[in-house]
Amino acid sequence: MTRATPAEAGEKAAAASEIRLLSFGDTALTVEFGSVIDAGLNARVLALDAALASEAPRGVLETVPTYRSLLVIFDPLVVDLPGLKTRIRALAASDIAVKRSARRWRVPVVYGGAFGMDLEATAAVHGLSAEELIGRHQGATYTVAMIGFMPGFAYLSGLDPALATPRRPEPRQLVPAQSVSIGGAQCAISSVEGPSGWHMLGRTPVRGFMPQREPVFLYEPGDAIRFERIAADEWPALDQRAAAGEPVAVSEP
Amino acid sequence: MGALLITACGPAISIQDRGRLGFQRFGVSPAGAIDPLSLAVANVLVGNPADSAAVELGVGVTRFVAEGSLLIALAGPDCQLEVEGRRIPQLSSVEVRDGETVIARAGARAVYAYLAVRGGVAGPREMGSRSQHRRSAIGGPALGPGSAVRGGDDTDGTPKRLIGNPFDDPGPIRILAGPQDDYFDPSMIARLCRGDYRIGALRDRMGLQLDGPPLQHRHGYNIVSDGIVEGAIQVPGNGRPIVLLRDRQTTGGYPKIATIISADIGRFAQLPSGTAVRLRLVTLDEAIEAARAMKSLIDGLDGKLAPLEAGLSSELLLSLNLIDGVTSAEAPAS
Repeated sequence: MTRATPAEAGEKAAAASEIRLLSFGDTALTVEFGSVIDAGLNARVLALDAALASEAPRGVLETVPTYRSLLVIFDPLVVDLPGLKTRIRALAASDIAVKRSARRWRVPVVYGGAFGMDLEATAAVHGLSAEELIGRHQGATYTVAMIGFMPGFAYLSGLDPALATPRRPEPRQLVPAQSVSIGGAQCAISSVEGPSGWHMLGRTPVRGFMPQREPVFLYEPGDAIRFERIAADEWPALDQRAAAGEPVAVSEP
Repeated sequence: MGALLITACGPAISIQDRGRLGFQRFGVSPAGAIDPLSLAVANVLVGNPADSAAVELGVGVTRFVAEGSLLIALAGPDCQLEVEGRRIPQLSSVEVRDGETVIARAGARAVYAYLAVRGGVAGPREMGSRSQHRRSAIGGPALGPGSAVRGGDDTDGTPKRLIGNPFDDPGPIRILAGPQDDYFDPSMIARLCRGDYRIGALRDRMGLQLDGPPLQHRHGYNIVSDGIVEGAIQVPGNGRPIVLLRDRQTTGGYPKIATIISADIGRFAQLPSGTAVRLRLVTLDEAIEAARAMKSLIDGLDGKLAPLEAGLSSELLLSLNLIDGVTSAEAPAS
């Protein structure tokens, strides 16, 4: 992370002073940076997550970054809680918090048709052609803001605000794994089959979660993602390779 | 190596150990034994480390047939184990032999019991744990009639008894306020602790609902999802509190008014539906003291084992009487 200008640093310090450390039972703290979905808040969450990971404070068992907060889970009999709180406040206020060298993924997607049954309707909502929507959707760089809901289900920030689409009034009972979808101002790549009220734009052969594979999880919070359109006839071969354990997504330095 | 072949069981049966640490950032539920104390007792009775994998039994009767010989133990606040129609005293292990029928149930005053097998119950180890998480299909296929429960290779243990009863804590379930107690008027925490709530019928390993007066939110009830720990009492729009348990989702979007302390969550989750719940607000220091007491209780289990043959000492008779009134290890089933 680059050093901030004095004005930015001042702004950041002011914002940092507003973080709240909320006691969550006797085994965790919720470090709350704000209450809304915001890429800036998420970046600070991920920076604190990375900074804590590099220090590995005694007794901290795991951390769970979300859009706007970091859950820090610890062993209450081992942790130095006052020390941890002080350290968290200092790291959150620091403008040189080390950011993990995030990986950049190029993720192939088949848009539309049976792969993205809501593509046409979503484009129509925004007065766009399907091609225009695809262009805007794959034109953005996304950040894995958090992983939740199910193993490997990646919530992405970075959606073109013009593509924000309210959720479907009636959720679908079952949408396929590896769907690429829009819900409100968010974009997601699903990992397992399940219900969803989001709009299905396409599907990727990439498995974000595969228990039999090493690594089990492809994406981590903080990773950057770009979607790359592929043709439907490229699907079978890629899907077969992905099912055999190949990442298929391209990782760039 | 022996095995127990399941011939009949309820739906709430699974393999559990201490759970999966370190993967909540990837959306993976920790899973793990709902009641770690009971898991520890069952394991220690067969000579396993306290957090080894065991079979968690929910409501219903589970029947097994033994293939080969195994040393087993069933533990929980109110469980029953029968081998070939013989009722096995609580808090003791027993050797079962090839072809014998084993019947296990969690009991009437508890929901879960743990069946430990010497050597630990075998199962695929995924992400550092053998705990099964049904919803995400982690930890191997669901157990059911026809499944074989296998133990480790070491079958040389001898049956033991535990002196004293680790399940005798009748105190209220202790809670800490937060993390979103500011979404509620302070009177709502008081309402929670007034004794008007019962364990609801809606329950599973993911969470359970409390029946009682609805809790009112002060600033609405939608928050942007954040991470959740076990014991969190979340309050959705209808005001009916839900306590999150081991199989919970890793993140959630309802305010959490309070959290059951780590030392009491197992005891709480063992309460049968319909039971009145006494909740008491405590300080973080009290919660940590309780966590310390729970750890020393579990760490001390090993030192409270007695060989079953040494059987009829007055101390043992006393402990048997205190627990369930059975005074002979070979007492016939009532």
